[in-house]
Amino acid sequence: MSISGASAVVGIAETDYVRGSTVSNLERMLRTAQHAVADAGLTMSDVDGVIPPPGFVTVEELAANLGIESLRYSSTIAMGGASSTATLQTAAMAIATGVAHTVLCVVGWDGYSAMRSGAAATRGTDRPPSGPNPMTRTLSQYYRPYGVRVPAQFYSWLFNRYKLLHGVPDEAAGAVAVACRNHAQLNERALMRGRPLTLDDYLQARWVAEPLRLFDCCLETDAACAIVLTSVERARDLRHAPAVVLGVAEAHPYPADDLLSRRDPLRIALSDAAPRAFAMAGISPHEVDLLEIYDCFTYVVLLQLEALGLCGPGEAAGFVADGTIGLGGRYPLNTHGGLLSQGHMWGMNHVVELVRQLRHDAGPAQVPNAEIGVVTGWGDFGDGSVAVLARAR
Amino acid sequence: MSKRADQPRVPDRPLPRPEGLDAEFYAWCGRGELRFQRCGTCRAWRHLPRVLCPSCGSDQWTWEPSTGRGVVWSWTTTHQQFESGMGSRLPYASVVVELEEGVRVVALLADDFASTDLRLDLPVVVEIEVISDEIGLLVCGPSRHHP
Repeated sequence: MSISGASAVVGIAETDYVRGSTVSNLERMLRTAQHAVADAGLTMSDVDGVIPPPGFVTVEELAANLGIESLRYSSTIAMGGASSTATLQTAAMAIATGVAHTVLCVVGWDGYSAMRSGAAATRGTDRPPSGPNPMTRTLSQYYRPYGVRVPAQFYSWLFNRYKLLHGVPDEAAGAVAVACRNHAQLNERALMRGRPLTLDDYLQARWVAEPLRLFDCCLETDAACAIVLTSVERARDLRHAPAVVLGVAEAHPYPADDLLSRRDPLRIALSDAAPRAFAMAGISPHEVDLLEIYDCFTYVVLLQLEALGLCGPGEAAGFVADGTIGLGGRYPLNTHGGLLSQGHMWGMNHVVELVRQLRHDAGPAQVPNAEIGVVTGWGDFGDGSVAVLARAR
Repeated sequence: MSKRADQPRVPDRPLPRPEGLDAEFYAWCGRGELRFQRCGTCRAWRHLPRVLCPSCGSDQWTWEPSTGRGVVWSWTTTHQQFESGMGSRLPYASVVVELEEGVRVVALLADDFASTDLRLDLPVVVEIEVISDEIGLLVCGPSRHHP
């Protein structure tokens, strides 16, 4: 049995991406869930599967507030920023097997406000502030005593070595930052709309943790996103062109609880997931029309472009040069602005944007005739997820 | 001499609060000894400490001394304060050293070692700054035997 082509994303919704909100995160998630179900042309009585985010809300709380009376399936994915795209795999499995018919996936957080109001102990650990965390022991016992606490620091060990091994110029990461910022100028929901960025601005910004400068790092954001999946058969009768899950995969680096004791820490988990997802979809990575790549940091994008097979090891700098990843280029990247310039919404905003593109409903950021696209997730110490979505023919 | 009551407290450098095998690792460091687990069956070295050997599954192991010699695998130099106890050291380099035994450790760069002198594969020595009986922290210093 294959899950390829069995399910589709039929409903999407997102809030504005803001810093400081008067709405509670729970209310924000509930409203967004309602909007996603309505966008699909469905009602809550159609929803029988719920995949909540890890840590911020329980499935019971969601179902009780939303009036989901006939819940048959729930599951929580704990892969940090890789969770949102990995959610597509779990939902697709549930639908393909008939365990559930229609699955609601919702994520929301006060990524800005909660971080400002004293949740310092979890600040910057790039995952929800509760629940067992595979990074806690390693961070507290082996990284923090040496001043390394946040992803900008511990990922930088990988980025620095990658940069030096391959002679990657600063301008490569800068090209990612500038492309995302350019695309955010077209997106009325993007936090960084109205604040353009030049390569010069990028290069002159202060260091955070070398090799990361300020604009290599994504945005702390308050927001929520939700998506609804159902079977392709049912999807054809609904309001929008379905975004069919053609291929999907996740992978976990070994060991997942420490970045440094891996055989080759620069071989990221996506290197294992991507060939499986593309094989399931029956396409080559070079056949996609656009890229929605998890971009907590610019260098994570470079590593993932290589892991996806779009270019060879160390070749991402050449790949992102010359406008290839800008709108109008061969592989438009993060057409909504990404985590770097729209806002940090755990990559569910990447899924929402890909679906919007495949519906041909992305406004001024629309990639002409977008038929097939790829979305990735990256989380914790480098968990990876990837999905290939296609506009139903 | 007692400190004035209103003197602002300088936050301490973050210290590990280890339990179990992590406490054993740091207890050796507290005695000034850098030791890692080594499998009694397949002889593989390992770090972080684990209950079983990930290579062969054996539960037999001993803490064996490391030479402390290794090469720079990577580093990051932190400029923004994420840790109040490290504020006075900014900017500081947190170095990943690949030791001769094959394990990688994180160490703070020694005071007399400039981060601008760091290179991939630079020979270095990991030494221990004893903090207490229970804890010693790792310091990355220049190799005294440059090739």
